[in-house]
This record gives sequence, C-alpha cells and structure tokens, in this order.
Amino acid sequence: MSEAARVSGPDLGHGHPYPGVSLAALAEGSKPSASASLKLLPATARLVFRGREAAIGPAGEAFGVALPREACRFNTNGTRSVLWLGPDEWILLAPGEGPAPLFAAIETATAGLPHALVDVSSRSVAFDLSGPKAGFVLNQGNPLDLSLDAFPVGMCTRTVFAKSEIVLRRTAPDSFVVDVWRSFAPYVWQLLEEARRGA
Amino acid sequence: MLIINCPYCGERPEIEFRYGGEAHIARPADPSALSDAEWTDFLYNRTNPKGKHAERWRHIHGCGRYFNAVRDTVSDFFVTTYKTGEARPDIEESAR
Amino acid sequence: MTGAFRTASGGRIDRSKPVAFTFDGQHLSGFSGDTLASALIANGIHLTGRSFKYHRPRGILSAGTDEPNALVGVGRDEAHYAPNLRATQVELYEGLKAESQNRWPSLKFDAGAVNDLASPLLPSGFYYKTFMWPAKAWTKFYEPKIRAMAGLGRAPEAPDADRYSQHYAHCDVLVVGSGPAGLAAALAAAASGVKVMLVDEQPEMGGSLLASRDASIDGKPAQQWLADALAELSAADNVTLMTRTTAFGYFPHNMIALAERVTEHVAVPDPELPRERLWQVRAKEVVLATGALERPLVFPDNDRPGVMLADSGRTYANRYGAKPGKRAVIFTACDAGYRSALDLAAAGVEIAAIADLRRNPAGELPAKALAAGIEVRPSTAVTGTSGRLRVSGAALTKMGEYDFGATQQIACDVLLMSGGFTPSVHLFSQSRGKLAFDPVLNCYVPGTSVERERSAGASRGLFELGAALEDGYAKGADAAKAAKGAKAPARAFAAQAPRLGTDGHIGATPHNRNPAFAKAFVDWQNDVTAKDIKLATREGFRSIEHIKRYTTTGMATDQGKTSNMNALGIVSDALKTPVPQIGLTTFRPPFTPTTFGIFAGAARGELFDPARQTAIHGWAAEQGAIFEDVGNWKRALYFPRGNEGMHEAVARECRAVRSAVGIFDASTLGKIEIVGPDAAEFMNRMYTNAWAKLEPGRLRYGVMLREDGFVMDDGVVGRMAPDRFHVTTTTGGAPRVLAHMEDYLQTEWPDLDVWLTSTTEQWSVIAVQGPLARQVLRPLLEGIDLSKEAMPHMSVREGTILGIPTRVFSVSFTGELGFEVNVPSEHGRKVWEAIYASGQKFGITPYGTETMHVLRAEKGYIIVGQETDGTATPDDVNLGWAVGKAKKDFVGKRALARASMSAPDRKQLVGLFTVEPQTVLEEGAQVVADPKAPVPVPMLGHVTSSYHSSVLGRSIALAVIKGGRGRIGQKLFVPMPDRVIEVEVTEPVFYDPKGERFDV
Ligand SMILES: [Zn+2]
Repeated sequence: MSEAARVSGPDLGHGHPYPGVSLAALAEGSKPSASASLKLLPATARLVFRGREAAIGPAGEAFGVALPREACRFNTNGTRSVLWLGPDEWILLAPGEGPAPLFAAIETATAGLPHALVDVSSRSVAFDLSGPKAGFVLNQGNPLDLSLDAFPVGMCTRTVFAKSEIVLRRTAPDSFVVDVWRSFAPYVWQLLEEARRGA
Repeated sequence: MLIINCPYCGERPEIEFRYGGEAHIARPADPSALSDAEWTDFLYNRTNPKGKHAERWRHIHGCGRYFNAVRDTVSDFFVTTYKTGEARPDIEESAR
Repeated sequence: MTGAFRTASGGRIDRSKPVAFTFDGQHLSGFSGDTLASALIANGIHLTGRSFKYHRPRGILSAGTDEPNALVGVGRDEAHYAPNLRATQVELYEGLKAESQNRWPSLKFDAGAVNDLASPLLPSGFYYKTFMWPAKAWTKFYEPKIRAMAGLGRAPEAPDADRYSQHYAHCDVLVVGSGPAGLAAALAAAASGVKVMLVDEQPEMGGSLLASRDASIDGKPAQQWLADALAELSAADNVTLMTRTTAFGYFPHNMIALAERVTEHVAVPDPELPRERLWQVRAKEVVLATGALERPLVFPDNDRPGVMLADSGRTYANRYGAKPGKRAVIFTACDAGYRSALDLAAAGVEIAAIADLRRNPAGELPAKALAAGIEVRPSTAVTGTSGRLRVSGAALTKMGEYDFGATQQIACDVLLMSGGFTPSVHLFSQSRGKLAFDPVLNCYVPGTSVERERSAGASRGLFELGAALEDGYAKGADAAKAAKGAKAPARAFAAQAPRLGTDGHIGATPHNRNPAFAKAFVDWQNDVTAKDIKLATREGFRSIEHIKRYTTTGMATDQGKTSNMNALGIVSDALKTPVPQIGLTTFRPPFTPTTFGIFAGAARGELFDPARQTAIHGWAAEQGAIFEDVGNWKRALYFPRGNEGMHEAVARECRAVRSAVGIFDASTLGKIEIVGPDAAEFMNRMYTNAWAKLEPGRLRYGVMLREDGFVMDDGVVGRMAPDRFHVTTTTGGAPRVLAHMEDYLQTEWPDLDVWLTSTTEQWSVIAVQGPLARQVLRPLLEGIDLSKEAMPHMSVREGTILGIPTRVFSVSFTGELGFEVNVPSEHGRKVWEAIYASGQKFGITPYGTETMHVLRAEKGYIIVGQETDGTATPDDVNLGWAVGKAKKDFVGKRALARASMSAPDRKQLVGLFTVEPQTVLEEGAQVVADPKAPVPVPMLGHVTSSYHSSVLGRSIALAVIKGGRGRIGQKLFVPMPDRVIEVEVTEPVFYDPKGERFDV
C-alpha cells in the first residue's frame, strides 16, 4: 500500500474530522428547475465488454442490443443500452436489472471467443440532467462542443467534468446522462448544482 | 489548450489526453541480448527535434487508445495523427 | 455637488436617472450610463490618485482600458472589495463607494509627495542601485518601506464573498470588438449563416461610434446606424452578443479567454448570478477588431490632472455629456486633435488654442477648425504646464528651424493631447502573430498570422470610418468562409466622416526646459520619464527588453498601452537607430488585469478538489473518526474514543488487532480485473513474479517494476479463474498502474488476448484482521469454508455475504490472521455494519490507517512511496524473493542486470532501534556513521518509517542505509537539531519474524 501523500512521524498532529457528503441527501435536496433539472438515476447493471471481432456480434445478440461500431455512439433497445467507449470497449447498461443473469448469458454466448466481461455495476452512479439549459450547465465543467450538431442525440463519450472523469451521453435534445465513478459523484453533483444557479 | 485529433474520436480538447513521449521506439524483443549501452539508449535517449516530432498520445479521458501524432515542436501545431502500429507518415508540408 | 460640468443635452447617459455615489467619502451624483470617471469629470473632478513612485497628483488621462492613473478601490463591503479598478471602466450604480489609492493621509495632501522633491535621487534603476547593502536590510527595512510607499491599492482583508463561474463555448466566428470594423465583421459572418459571437468589453456595443457627433453611415447618423445594426444582429439566432466581456487572452488553437462582468455594475446583485464568468471560447475563426489607442505626447509636466488624451476628452463630451473643462488647450501632432477641439467647442468648451507640432497642418479638420475661428498655432509645442492639483495653464513655445522661439503662457483648466493612434495589437501579438512596422503610421500593425485569425479596421491601422467598415465586412466574410465555406452577400457602406489622415508623433516632443528638472512622462503608471529612458541608453542599454526592465517602462498593470510606442521613439532617437531595429516587447495575457476569482471559478473550499469517500465513510464519520487525505481520498486515520488523542487511540487499536480482532476500510486500494486467454502471460510480463503456476483460488503478492528496474507498485493478486486475475494496487498508484499496463498492452503486445478493466470503485474492501477474525466472519458467509484447511493463508473464495456476492481474500497486512471481504460498493456499508455487529462479542475494533501503518511496520512490510523513492530495486527493499529469476523477460528485468543495480553499497532496507527505547525518530531524518565527522558529513541513508510500537513497548523504525544488511548490529547516529540520537541497526521484521500468526 503506497500512502505517498501521507504525512507521518512522531508529530501526530495531522488528520481532521470530515463528516462527508451523502449523495442521497444531495439528490433529495435538489430543486427542479425549468432551465435544467438534476436527478439521481436508480441502480443499473453495468458490464464492461472488451474483446476481439469474433466476440462482438454474439455479445450483442446475447444482450439484446447490438454493440455500436461507430465511435462515440450508443444503441438502445427497450431499457437496455450499449455505449461505445473505445474501439474494443463497450459498456452494457440494464437499468433495474441484476448483473448476474446478464453476465452468465453473455459468457455462454461468447464462450471460447477472446473477450473480457467484467461486472462494474457498483463502480459508478448516473445522473440525468435535463432542460433547455442542460448544455450550458455541463459546459461549466466539460470542454466539449455540446451543440446538437457536434454532440447529437445518440452520442456518448468518456470525457471530463472539472477534475473528474465522466461518461456523458445525450438521450434527447435537452437531456444528458452523466455516469461518474461513485467516489467522485458528490463532487460532480455539487458542481452541477453550482452550475445550475442562475442558469 | 490544444485541439488534438484522436484517430478514433475526432478532434477533442487537450485536457482529455495524456502525453506519452517519443513514438516509434519499440521495446526490444529480447532485452537480455542488448549491451548496457544499447539498453541505455533504448531507455533514455530521445531525438528531441526542433520541428516535426513523432510522439505518442493517449486519449485517456476518451476512448483510452494510445495513438501517434506528428507535432511541430516550434509552432506547437499538429501535422497529423495516426493509429499505433501505422508507419510514420512522410511529412513535408508545414503545420498550421 | 451636482454635475456642474454637464453639457446641456446629449450623450448616451440617462438624464432621467440620477445615481448617487461617493468618492473618498464625498457624496456626488451622476447619471445612469456614466462611468465613475465620466461622473467625476461631470463634477469637475480630475484628481483621482497619486503616482506610483513620486506621489505626484494624477488625474483621469483616458476614457478606457488604457487608463494608467485613475485606479480606484471599489467595494460594497470588505468581502466585496476590488482594488486597482480603472475608474474609466467602473460603471456607476446607486450607492457605489470608490476610494483613491496610494495616498496618505489624503489625496490632496500626500506625505509621499516628498519623493517628487527628491526625484533627482530616484533615477531609473534606482532600486537596483540603492538597495544593495546590507542584504539583511532588504527584508527588514527597504522592502516594507517601498511596499508601503509605492504600489497600488490594498488587498481586501476578508475572503471574497462573490461567486465566479467558468464556461466553455464554441463558435464558428468570434469577433472581438464591436466598433465599426467589428460590427461590420459580425454582420458579414451573421449573414453567412455561421455561428457568431461578438464580444465587447464595454457596457454598450459600438466602440468609437458611441462618441460620434457628426459622422453618418448609409445616410443615417452613425449612432442611429449603430442601433439598427445591433437590432439586426440581436434578431439573428446564429449570433451571440456579449457586452462587458473582455477578451483578455489568446491561447493556442484559437482558444480565446473572455472575462464577463455579470453583476459588477448592479446596485443590488442577484445572488444566483456570479460576479464574473470566465469563458474559454474555441473559435474556428477569429476577427480581431480591437481598435486603436490614442498616443499621449511626452512633454514636460504632461502628468498634471487636467491633462488628458484628446479623443478621450471628446468621448467624455459626446458620449457622457461631461465637459472635461471650461477652457481647453489642445496639443496635437495629427488631425484628431482638431476633431476633439471642434466637438468640445460644440459642447460649450472654450478652445483657447491648438498647438500643432506640424509646420503645415492642412487636412480637412484643421480647415474646419480655422473656419470655426479656433486659434491654430503650427510649429508649436507645449513645453510645460502650471497648476498644482489641476492644470491652470500651458506654456506654448514656437519652434524655429534651429531653435525655440517665444513661449507664451495660456490659461486653461484642461489640456488635451494627441500623438496619433496606435493599433491595439495585443491579442494579435498574444496569438504569436508577427508584427510589422508601418513607417507611414509610425507604429506596429499585424503582419503574419499564426492562428486562424485576421485583424480588421483600426487594429491594423485603418483609422477612417469608411475603410474600417469595408475592411470589417470583408474580414467577417472571409472568416465565415474559412470556418464553414459560407458566403456573405455583398454589402457596401456609405460612410461620411472627417478624414483623420496618417500624421502622428512618437517619442518625446521638443522643449526648451532645463533637462535636469523637466519631467516628461512616458509611463504614467510606473512614473517613467523620457529622461529615465535616455539615461538607460547612456548607461549602455540597447535592447528594448533590457530598457523596459531597467526603467520599468511598460511594466505596469496597463502593460504600456499608452507608453510603449513613445518609449521606442525615445530610444530610437537617443540611439539614432530606426524603431524596427530596436524591437518590441511581447504582449502577454491578460489584456487588462483580471480577478483571481475568475480563475478559481467554483474550485474553492470543499469543491477545490474531489473529496473521494468510500461507501463506508459515513459510518466512520458517525463514529467520530479522524480522517487524513491520501491523494483525493478521505481515509479514516484513527477512531478516538472519549478523550483519547492519536497516540492512545492508535495504541488501543493496535492491541485490539494483535489480541482480538479489528476492522479496517481498505476500499481505496486500486483494483484491476485482468481477463482473457493471455491473462497469465500478460501478468508474467508485467510483474517480477511467476504467475503461470498460481492456481485459481490462490493469492500472490506481486511486485511491479518500471522498465528502469525500480519498484513502481505492489499489491496482492488473486487468480479467480485460469483467464481472470483480480489485481490490487496501492491506493495512490491505481491510475498510474492501469495506464502503465495499457501502454504495454496496446503498444508493445497488441497481439495478446487480454483486457483490463478498473474495478477500484466496484468493490468495497473490508479487512477483518486478528486472531478472532474467523469467528467474526464465519456466521455471515454462505458458500465459503473459512477453515484453515479449506482456505489457507493467501487464498481467495467466491460466495455470498448477506446474500450479496463476495470475493473473500485470506490475506494479512498486519501479521495476524486476516481476511479481506470484497463486496460491490453499493452494499459496502451494509456488509460492514453486519460484520461489525457480528464482531461485537469478540470486541471488534475499527482501526484507521495509522494503526495499519504501525502494524505493517512491526512486520517490516514496505509501503511503496515511503520505503521506496523511485530508485529502489526489489532487492534493496528485501523483495528479491519475489523476482522470478527463471523468467526470460519481464518489465524491468534487463535493467536489473546492470552491475550497479546489485552493488554492495546500495541503500538497503533495515530496521533501527533507538538506544533509548522511548525515542521515536523523525521520518526523513538522515543516518550517519560519525556525527562528529567534518562537514559535509557523509550520509548513509535516512529513516523511512518510524512509530511507537505498543506490542513491543518501544519505538521502531525502518530505514534505507548504504550496505545496510551488512551493518546489522552496528551503532549509527541520527543527528537532529537539538541532539544526536544513537541507533542500532536491526533486522526489519520486529514482530513474529517466522509468520506463525497468519494461520492460527
Ligand atoms: Zn479517442
């Protein structure tokens, strides 16, 4: 274990109380607004799929949503979606479902084909940011051109929001979903709230 | 903040990328066959040109891919980017 | 006081809306639409500050960004206070409180003015020449005195209570500046249909058109044309108009930084709005229509309040309805001075005389002035002014062919000067474009572009209205075409305005005064005179870059907006060298001073950095844990009970783990899932260890090197299946290790069928450590047999806990029997609480990172980054056993083969016992063999970890010492500032060296 940032020694006067920030409490206290509303999305099964060409088709078939081959696009079928994250990397989303049956089905379909399937359901949480000013709010931490021409509905990408990495996707002209690693979520949420002020 | 053209995702802001040093320096297939001097050369010596420089970048907060770029170290403009494994393009024209 | 100097009518102020404000406590009134400067002028006030070095009284010189003198502090209260604002840019609002700066005790009587009388003692380079000795006096005496006497406003004492926001934006064409050229450019780009942003630093768009009196465009008065053009742009939905927005920086690849002032001008700001916004705009194409700045003339006493730039005087009269005086003398080298004279006369100001440096002023404007009966004196220079806190007269001296003629004193309360115009090339220069010297205009204009931009109008020396409009439109059309291939319809502009011509002057103007005493200011803000610059050239300075630094000309917050060209002119004259050969200093961002707040944005306080919390954080906080920062993570450091301090708490926690059971949140450990048919081969190449024979269900401690052979990271790795590894990394090393692995996989071995996925945040990791760990966990687990036989030390099993899938590791970083329970982090807290409840009857004790550190140090376990510093080989830190000697290759293997990597005098990890057992060494302390050795004392190494060990009842330390393993048993010394501590070198494992406690 490297604790490079740690200060130690006979002088033990370091450390501080830190009550912490509860994401649930933040979400509960968030006021909707006509310009942009922020909502915590419910738990989702999330599977990372990476692999060689031969495994891509069967994986999509088993999941019920084809893995998009165009960069930075996602496919949706019913409640399930598959996001292109890299040329050999996708994330499979199934809101409200448990990961185990999906995992088993895909592993069965891709048995013997070179690939990697990893359950990351708990790794991140997702927010919905919707409203005519959603792009304006996001652009306070994200440097991408979020006009509909440059970032159309159906686009997704890993990118940044302030000092956090996020996965961003546009689900409707005025709706975005921000997926962020769990420990960064309160930080991103609070910055989005700050950005919503006066939007 | 520079604009970098990821061969997979297209033009994206520099903040999504991580620099990866000079490109086209392959790890020797059998390092133990190298003399200390040859190994040192592989490990440390770089061309550091004034002008067109082939270098590695990674779209770390994007598709995650390493790729190569030719950047003019004088103007800081990119001439081109290309996928890892592809040969360095023959670059003559000046960058803008 | 009311506006005694208001014009009878006109201007863009709203005379129906009076605005009350105070200046240095004096209650004054202006109108909505006034700046602080225009309101002061309307009240007859020019004196607004004291100069930087000589504390000379100074007045308002300009009407814009170039203002060097009228710097004021403005604040609603101490938490909303901004010093050093240019009064010419401060918009008036009801109740505004402004104060002058750099004066004591008052503006009208300033004790520092004694510097002015002593000014022969303060030549250029004065600081360098005077404050050289003794060195001590610099910090104790000189610097505080200089800081108190010189300088600008005071920094506010209270934290800034305002909010600031930061925004990214994109457009096809960004037009900077909304004067005639910028407006025309925006009209062209807008008509092309591309996405346009037009930004202007002023509250109103229009630039020079806002001060126009008699110009017309397309048959309409210029101000009417302006209103129509703005209406056209506002109606277009592809155009964004931003006022109060300064383009202050031009960064690579057409990234332009804008500072937008949102609430600064409002009496009662909306708390939901930020005070300012930083915009980082990425524009496909840029049109720079930044206009031009008027040059002052450098003549003796040109800094008296009431001496002002001629076009600024005109702006106050025409735009703000504020007469700069009752009786004016104009000193000019170009036709613009006449335009000001005519406009001021029309506003009701008496024009006493126009002194023109030129022998034969012959343009359209001089002719009009003569026709209007204004006294015009060609070949005449102003050679001095009178008055104390305000100019009361000017000395006009006739210049003959070889000498000076008669001097006449002329009474006046304002003196307007014009040396012509200097294109505002700051942003162009920031963009790294090359400037070209224009010998006709005697100034620099944009030459070769580097970025995708073009300059238009006055910013490239086109000062005539019609030319600026035509050029602006053409540049706007060109930009739209370059951005998107869009085409603008043809459009012509019929402009009528008096021609300004191309005359002007740079450098000092001639005078017949005693050169030893005449102060002709070049740089008002830094108090640099023509004499100072000449002195620098006499002392041997040749390059403008050196002269600038020696004299400080152009180095004030205005970056020499009014002074640069005149300084060049003086140097050129003194060295008899053409201006282009002297060079030009570089313009750097920001164009005008910018608040710190705008750069911080929302990144302050708790939101400065992400504060990463584990799923168990809330539980620990409720238990009163004290946290430490590890990278961005908040980790529980210890859990105090009652009044315990850290020592007591850590001692208790350590005893609990050694004697019963403790529970520890290890969730921050980095985790990577390595999956694929070639997973084991990849592990073999990345780690020093051999992995092929590791059975699924077993764990191994892995060591990772960089290619240079030094330890990079370590961690326990579980083989979940033949093609699946659960890898752990250090907390801080997680992203670095993943990037390192991806690098090799993508660029060296793309043929390997293996893939990496970060699972750091997927898993909460609950470490249960101590002889009773098994009893605590056993009742909760389903599908996992924890018995010694079924699950020996260093194994991993999958099953469920509370019905939740789990991976349980039998692993110990404490030296005791231990398990690490991995569960998906959304269930982390629930599982933690269940384990804690189950452990109650066994005295389960939560412990923090400090206890973890003590326990691992007692066992001699290293922490990468603490025992290693990037130059330690595995053998240096006693990990030689983890290196697979039989492996043909792994990252770092070749480097380990170099002779120096196994030299006997390398620093090696050992233990240290202080001879006095209760003394705890300081981490980082140096270790020497002979503290009495002559300086420099040879250093043997340093202490890397040091704690009090409660189980041993004494202090322990780890250290890296040259040839350390050969020194075990030796006495060495740790010299400290107050004493020398004697230590004995020991084995680095202090507790249970045989490891008998893992499998109790
Ligand atoms: Zn990419």
